[in-house]
Amino acid sequence: MVQYPRTHLDASFAALSDATRRGVLEQLGRADASITDLAEKFHMTLTGMKKHVGVLEQAGLVTTEKVGRVRHCKLGLRRLEEEAMWIERYRKLWEARFDELDQVVEELKCKEIVDGHRER
Amino acid sequence: MDTGRGSQPSTMKNRMSVERKSERELVVTRTINAPPRIVFEAWTKAELFQRWWVPKSFGLTLLSCELDVRVGGTYRLVFRHPAAPEPMAFHGRYLEVTPPSRLVWTNEEAGGSGQVTTVTFEERAGQTLLVVHDLYPSKEALDQDIAAGSTSWNDETFDQLDELLEEPVPG
Repeated sequence: MVQYPRTHLDASFAALSDATRRGVLEQLGRADASITDLAEKFHMTLTGMKKHVGVLEQAGLVTTEKVGRVRHCKLGLRRLEEEAMWIERYRKLWEARFDELDQVVEELKCKEIVDGHRER
Repeated sequence: MDTGRGSQPSTMKNRMSVERKSERELVVTRTINAPPRIVFEAWTKAELFQRWWVPKSFGLTLLSCELDVRVGGTYRLVFRHPAAPEPMAFHGRYLEVTPPSRLVWTNEEAGGSGQVTTVTFEERAGQTLLVVHDLYPSKEALDQDIAAGSTSWNDETFDQLDELLEEPVPG
């Protein structure tokens, strides 16, 4: 089986396990922002937000760039897409299973009705 | 699959949800339009289970399916995927079997790092609320499964599936 770089995934999921960091990603999905903007929006200290952004950056979910004295953050799209794709595939697997399960139970229900009539 | 089915009234597809509940857990929920006793049967009789567990639309061919559904009993599913050179086997052991409300089994194909799957069948006004809960021994184990999953299906298969799922439901 093809091995996927483990460390990236570990980092991604660690990054996504925190509500504030998911919020930051959502926010950056709408518009790029500076760390100061983000700290204000999430009512956090600058240091606190720097830590969160650092985790996201390490996971490749966010990229930052220092312009003058301001550090701008934006989404590192590739990683997000990969995570989302996996969940999407998992969802589709179950959707396909349930569609076929629906058919199986419909048949069982019909069979039960027919058998029930026979017994009468 | 069979076109003769088109004449039957089509049932509305029920909503499904998939959630990564924590770093070790995945939860899938879905309502099935039949009472638990019937749905449970579809999960525990091999001849029924094999008809839906490995979806044809995923390009998978099931080679064998053996279920010994009792506490301590084992199961083994072998299937082939066009992208994989060798057939793949999924196997494990049933830890709990409580008809028609609960099934718990292990997934042992990955050695000791496999998840424990708990399925509950809750009666809801004649229908069944299914909750499939996968609990991994560690965050790393789930991440590894995800890593394997992201590469074991090819995009072409998913494009085909997309098309299939986007087909309008007749009626």
